[in-house]
Amino acid sequence: MNRAREFPLPDATDRALIRATQAGLPLVPQPYHALGAQLGLAANEVMQRLAALLDAGIVRRIGAVPNHYALGYTANGMSVWDVDDAQVDALGAAVGALPFVSHCYRRPRAGDVWPYNLFAMVHGKSRDEVAVHLDRIARVLGPACRAHDVLYSSRILKKTGLRIGD
Amino acid sequence: MDTPLDALDRAIINALHGGFPLCDSPYAAVAAALGIGEAELIRRLERLLETRVLTRFGPLYNADRMGGANVLAAMRVPDADFERVADIVNAQPEIAHNYRREHALNLWFVGAADTPDKVEAAFRRIEAATGQPVYRFPKEREFFVELRLTA
Repeated sequence: MNRAREFPLPDATDRALIRATQAGLPLVPQPYHALGAQLGLAANEVMQRLAALLDAGIVRRIGAVPNHYALGYTANGMSVWDVDDAQVDALGAAVGALPFVSHCYRRPRAGDVWPYNLFAMVHGKSRDEVAVHLDRIARVLGPACRAHDVLYSSRILKKTGLRIGD
Repeated sequence: MDTPLDALDRAIINALHGGFPLCDSPYAAVAAALGIGEAELIRRLERLLETRVLTRFGPLYNADRMGGANVLAAMRVPDADFERVADIVNAQPEIAHNYRREHALNLWFVGAADTPDKVEAAFRRIEAATGQPVYRFPKEREFFVELRLTA
């Protein structure tokens, strides 16, 4: 659904559409018509703009965001690793490719407070399950990894996603 | 979250991970694939959102791709001060997620906005209001992102 547009994404109308949908899509039989009526656009234009935002990666996906705990994923571990700088990019790609890793990033260390530069999120239904996955990551990293830790979430304090203003 | 999920709830959650159709009657299209009616699907989705089994349903936006930023940050908050600091962090509209985690750095949150300076401004407001440092962990490289939890 590639659509060439001469103007950069997102334009002012896209931004109005983002503001109208960032809390969620209307739960009515014709949600794009409802958004169009709200924004003064034809339903087709709403759909075309969402398709273009998907193509551009500004919309990652249109779908549901579950609460991990409600689905039984009670062990949500942010695993963090202190990996040799010369090897972290190659090893980060290998860790990111493991099927049970949902997010994997290289991030800066913070002096004495924080020695870790590789972050890999692992969600499981028990800490034992996560521990098996962490062993696997440790084997992928091998001696390039000097230390690691895992930080389990104990409370969701906020989970709203991006909110842009006017 | 007290109501247990039945098989249809799980099928709905799994079917709606992504790819929600861009057509005149998208709920009817998804419902037909699930073998239920449009009204039943909408009613179930309303309940899943009300009971917070789902935190959101709709387009998931990526601030990076619109010229903005997503930045992970953390604080070390004494237990006695935890609720006050968590409330200050949550009150900033730029804070998209906030979790308590078991570590000396016990508060981890993501600042997201359509420009990077808005994220930094939110972190500075948090530091000013709490009197505690916010450690910034911006991503330097993204290796993989795709969270898909099976219900």
